[in-house]
Amino acid sequence: MSKVVTDVICPFCGTLCDDIEVVVSDDGKKIEDVYNACAIGAEKFLHAQAPDRVKRPRMQQPDGSYKEVSYDEAVEYTAQMLYKAKKPLMYGWSSTSCEAQSIGHEIAEKVGAVVDNTATVCHGTTLIAVQDVGIPSCTLGEIKNRADRIIFWGCNPCHAHPRHQSRYSVFPRGFFTNKGHTNRKVIVVDPRVTDTAKLADYHYQVEQGRDYELLSAFRVALRNEPLPEVVAGIPREKIIEGAEVMKSGRFGIIFFGMGVTQSLSKNHNIDNAISLTKDLNEFTKFSIMAMRGHYNVTGSGQVLGWQFGFPFSVDLSRGFARYNPGETSSNDLLVRGEVDAVFVIGSDPGAHFPISSVKQIAKLPSVCVDPHITPTTEISKLHVPVAFVGVEVAGNCYRMDNVPIEARKVVDPPEGVLTDVEFLTRVNARLDELMAGGK
Amino acid sequence: MAKLKLNLITGRTIHQGVAMEGGKEKDAYTKACGIIEMDPSDMKKLGIWKGTNVRVTSEWGSVVVKAVEATQGPHPGLAFIPMGPWANAVVNPKTYSTGMPTFKGVPIEVEPAINEPVLNSIQLVQKKCRGEA
Ligand code: SF4
Repeated sequence: MSKVVTDVICPFCGTLCDDIEVVVSDDGKKIEDVYNACAIGAEKFLHAQAPDRVKRPRMQQPDGSYKEVSYDEAVEYTAQMLYKAKKPLMYGWSSTSCEAQSIGHEIAEKVGAVVDNTATVCHGTTLIAVQDVGIPSCTLGEIKNRADRIIFWGCNPCHAHPRHQSRYSVFPRGFFTNKGHTNRKVIVVDPRVTDTAKLADYHYQVEQGRDYELLSAFRVALRNEPLPEVVAGIPREKIIEGAEVMKSGRFGIIFFGMGVTQSLSKNHNIDNAISLTKDLNEFTKFSIMAMRGHYNVTGSGQVLGWQFGFPFSVDLSRGFARYNPGETSSNDLLVRGEVDAVFVIGSDPGAHFPISSVKQIAKLPSVCVDPHITPTTEISKLHVPVAFVGVEVAGNCYRMDNVPIEARKVVDPPEGVLTDVEFLTRVNARLDELMAGGK
Repeated sequence: MAKLKLNLITGRTIHQGVAMEGGKEKDAYTKACGIIEMDPSDMKKLGIWKGTNVRVTSEWGSVVVKAVEATQGPHPGLAFIPMGPWANAVVNPKTYSTGMPTFKGVPIEVEPAINEPVLNSIQLVQKKCRGEA
């Protein structure tokens, strides 16, 4: 007989769907089926069961092949590497729990590391803008119940957050939005006719990289000031019409993604989007929210925030926290050759950093803690497989709207495989010994 | 041989997400991300068919991927490579003092590379790191 575990959290994207049902075999060891999740979420649960999964740490040999080592050896190598390094980079943290993050930061403080999370390649520029001008935001529950104007700017939830629209932003019937999507008007701003754009009432096919101009144009249109005939490839009339749609709602929200954060102008685009939100509040209620990718990148920013006062790119190498994106951020540090060891957990810079940074990681002493085989594990000196947070171990995570949600454990990890918390705790203890003068 | 200048953006696709969770060393990941989505009119200009391997070159690197017809289009002049090591072989690593590399709006040149293979993610990154690709 199999049993069904209900109210499971999906640990993939920042939507953190909390209604997943997982069918587990009677002995609690095997996941048989996953209900309610999107294709990506379901794959995440099912892949945890892959027969070819790596179950013991592996050390790279001089010829490039890998040799299995014990967790004890892995702890020793990691502790020694961090202990000896002058300025190690401890990167990732977005696919692990807040508990693991907090132990990791304790280690980072001890060894004088730079701690950075995946925001550095997704919403880092958002965090800069938020620190500059603040952010009028809300929760996804408020969107579901109240929002009747939904703007997706430079994001494509159909692909990146597949259940976002059905659970929160477009289709659900909320308390004041009881007709579901017919209560709502959806505007998409994107240089491509994305699948999200195809579902929208209005699509603004902005010229790539011209978001700043279009945001400014909407702000001008709200004030009924004159506009040029075409801005960022969009005719004036369409801009005025869009501004009217935004103004006439009762509660609006701008969701924005990599289209604004990664195009040139970066944090300035977001400044301007937040300013547009502020302007709209003169007419109606408007909010703005970042579409966060990893399921706990928000949590990483939170934990770093409580502990050191900054949400990413925190440099502890001088014994106190410094923060200066462009200087203390991973890619800048790597490209300038400023770090002498790299510790990666809960992310894959090998696949998601520009190759110039990856080459630098490959040259340095490096450890990658990851349940999967990834380009990062295959260029790191040591690969430490761990249990999947949210599948094989519980832990706290933050949804994209900064609501903390406890991820659940569904099955046991393979025998003998450590969790992130266990591995970090052991490294931390070993560092204490090394620092006390032991060897 | 014909060459075409395009503007490159990168980003997620649902196939990228599913394949990534299925294992980055697997073929499905190469099929999902070792591609360049092009507008049909751009493919015509370059004189290639759907499924032709092409070499994509930017100021920062070069990579071989399979050209596919964009399903999320039309967008002439714009090319899309899903986020992953293939895209990252050519993106602009400069952060302009923000920490954020420029993953969108990268000037690229595309040319047919019929006889060159698309490497899988592990081979690609390892070879690039060793200076072999
Ligand atoms: S939308 Fe995100 S959180 Fe929800 S099931 Fe899909 S991947 Fe998981």
